[in-house]
Amino acid sequence: MELTSHQFKSVSSAKLKDVKLQKALYKAKDGFVVPRAKVVAELDNFEEIRQAAADVRDHGLAHLDVYLEEWEKQAQAAGTIVHWAESYEELNALVVKIAQDNQVKKIIKSKSMVGEETGLNRYVEGHGIEVKETDLGEYIIQQADEHPSHIIAPATHKSKDDVADLFAEKHQRPRLDDAEKLTHEAREILRPHFLDADMGITGANFMIAETGSTVILTNEGNGRMTTTMPRVHVAISSIEKCIPTLDDFALMMRLLPRSATGQVISNYVSMTTGPKRAKDNDGPGEFHVIILDVGRTRVLGSDLRDALRCIRCGACMNHCPVYQNVGGHAYGWVYPGPIGSVLTPAYNGIENAIDLPNAATLCNQCGVVCPVKIPLPDLMRKLREKQYERNLKSSAEKWSLRLWAYLALRPKLYSIVTRIMARVGKLLGGDSRRINHLLFGGKDWTRHRDLPAPRGRTFRDIYLNRNKTTNR
Amino acid sequence: MRVGLFVTCVVDLMRPSIGLAAVKLLERADCEVIFPENQTCCGQPAYNAGDRLTAQQLARKVISEFADVDYVVIPSGSCGGMIKTHYEELLSDLPEYRVKAQWLAARTYELTDFLVNVVDMDSFDTTFQGAIAYHDSCAGLRELNIKEQPRKLLSHLAHVDLKEMAGAEQCCGFGGTFSVKYGDISSRIVDLKCDDLEATEVDALVLGDLGCMLNIEGKLRRRGNHKTKVLHIAEVLTGLVGEETE
Repeated sequence: MELTSHQFKSVSSAKLKDVKLQKALYKAKDGFVVPRAKVVAELDNFEEIRQAAADVRDHGLAHLDVYLEEWEKQAQAAGTIVHWAESYEELNALVVKIAQDNQVKKIIKSKSMVGEETGLNRYVEGHGIEVKETDLGEYIIQQADEHPSHIIAPATHKSKDDVADLFAEKHQRPRLDDAEKLTHEAREILRPHFLDADMGITGANFMIAETGSTVILTNEGNGRMTTTMPRVHVAISSIEKCIPTLDDFALMMRLLPRSATGQVISNYVSMTTGPKRAKDNDGPGEFHVIILDVGRTRVLGSDLRDALRCIRCGACMNHCPVYQNVGGHAYGWVYPGPIGSVLTPAYNGIENAIDLPNAATLCNQCGVVCPVKIPLPDLMRKLREKQYERNLKSSAEKWSLRLWAYLALRPKLYSIVTRIMARVGKLLGGDSRRINHLLFGGKDWTRHRDLPAPRGRTFRDIYLNRNKTTNR
Repeated sequence: MRVGLFVTCVVDLMRPSIGLAAVKLLERADCEVIFPENQTCCGQPAYNAGDRLTAQQLARKVISEFADVDYVVIPSGSCGGMIKTHYEELLSDLPEYRVKAQWLAARTYELTDFLVNVVDMDSFDTTFQGAIAYHDSCAGLRELNIKEQPRKLLSHLAHVDLKEMAGAEQCCGFGGTFSVKYGDISSRIVDLKCDDLEATEVDALVLGDLGCMLNIEGKLRRRGNHKTKVLHIAEVLTGLVGEETE
C-alpha cells in the first residue's frame, strides 16, 4: 500500500471537518469502548492475564527462529506447503504463481492486513484474476475502492447511508436503508462467488508452532467458507504472528475478542492444519502458507521490539483521543492509531512518517488497554529520540527547545526571565486576564484557545519575598 | 519532616497561587517546607521531544536539588510522573544517577497522594463552596494511579458537591507541544472535554495538572464560557484561588 503518512497534518485537519466521518467515528467509539469495558470488568484477573500474554509473546519473539522452524516442520508434516517472502513483491508473485499453477480464475478473500501491506488485490487483478473480498467491511471498501480505516472494522468510517448509496450504485438495485437488508443484499451477491471461486485467501491471526496450524477469528462465517470451499487455500501471515503452543493460543483467546469487539469469543475461530485429508468431507486440496518478513526482523533487533507483541485487536486506536477524532485514513498506511504510529515508521523508515509518533498526547490510554502491554507511548517517545538524533525535527521546535533548555539550566537568568514574562503576561492579559493573540509559536495556541494570563509575579518571587519578610 | 516542594515551572510562572496553596497545605500538616531556589523544570518537555541529553541534565539538576529532604511533593501528576516513572529509564545509562533516580522516585509524591497516603489529612481551612467536577489528568491517573486521592480530600469539604462528569478520564488534548503542533486535533479534543464539562453543570472544574488547566480554561473562555472556573485542587482545599496572591 502506498505510504501517505507525510500528509498527516493536512489530511487530519480535513478529516476533522468531515461531518459524515465525525458522525461515524463518534458511533464507532461507543461501539468499541463500552462493550470492551464491560467484558473486561467481568474478569477478576484481567491484569494477570495481560501480563501472562505479554510474557508469552516476549518468549515467542525471543526464540522466534526456533518456533518458526518448529511451526514449519509441523505444518509440512500436515501437508501444508510453506513459503517465505522477504518482500511485498515476492509475496504477491507467490500468490499469482500458486493461482496460475492451479488455473485459478476467481479468488475469494477473507480479511488480511498483510495483504493490505503488499497491495495484493491490485497485483492479482493485474494478472487477470478476479478477487472478491468477502468480509462485509472489506467488501464495502473494495466496492468503494478505498483502504481500510481500522484493522478489525475496515469500513468503520462509513455510515449506513454511505453504504446504501454505494450498494445501490454498484449492485444496480433499489436503494435500501436498513442495515440488515443491506447485509442480506451483500450476502446474496457474495454467495455465488463462494460457490464458484477456485481459490481462497485468508490472513492468519496466529501460527501455532506446536501444531503447525494457522488461525483466523471472524464473526461473519465468510472466513470459514474461504478456508474450506475453494480447491486451493492460501494463508498469508507474517513472522511475528507465531506463538509456541495451543495453551498460549487459549491465553490469547481470553484477550483478543474481548479487547477487539467486547466479545467473550469471536463467532468463528477457525484453525487450519494442512489441506483436506482422505477422511475429510471437505476442505481444499492444497493449502499454502506464505510468511512475510519485511521490516519484522529489523524491528526484532531494535528497541522497538515490544511492538511486535501486537495481536491486532485495535483497542489502542479505539481508545486513542487522536484516532477517535481523525479516523484511520489520516495515518496514511495500513495500521492506524497508536500501534500504527509505531509500526509505520518502524517498517517504512522513520523519515517517512515524521508526524505519526509526534501526533500523540502520550495520554497512555493505549498503553493501559493494550492486551499484551505494549508500552506504546514509550515507543513513540523512542521514535522521537531517533528523529532528534537524526536531525529530523523542525528547526522552530529545535531552537525553541534549545532556548528553553539554556534558561532552565541557568536558574539565576531563568528567574529574571520568568519574572519579566509574568509581568508582561499580566499586562497582555489586561482586565480579562486572558491572552487571545500571541505571536510566533504562541500563535498556534491562541488560534484555538485563549491563554489564561500569568498573575504578575512568579511563585519564586512571592514565596522567597514572603520568607524574607517573616524572617526580619 | 522535611518536605521539598517542587513547584513546577508552569505553576511558578502562570499560577503561583497553586504553589502558595501547596505550601499552606503542607504547613498545615506540620511539614517543614523546603523550596530549593534554583529549581526550574523537571525536563519533561525535552524528554518528550526526544532530546534525551537535555532531559538528563535537568533530571540530574532536580536530583541534586532534592538530595536532602524526606519527601518531594509536586502539585502536578505530569511532573510527578516524570520523576517517579521516567527518571530511572532516562538515566539508565548513567549508573551513578540511576540509583539516585530510584531514591528520588521512592520519595516523590503528587500532592493529593501525599496528603492522603502520607499525612492522611482530613480537615481543611477553606472558604470555597460550590458544585464541582474533577478531571483526571492522564499522567496522574495512568502513571501514578491518582484517582481516589483527590476525591477523598474533596469529600471532607462540607460545602463542595462533587459531580462526576462523563469522560473524566479522557485526555484533554494538551499533550505539551502537541497542543501547538497539532492544534486542530488538540482543539477538537478539548472542545469535547468542554462539552462534557458544560453538560455536568458545575461551578468549577477541579484538576491536578497545569497543562490541562491552561488548555481547558483557555478553551472555555474562547467558547465564551466565562462562568465555569477551572481550579487546581490545592486552590480548592485552601481557598487560595489567585486573587489573594497579588
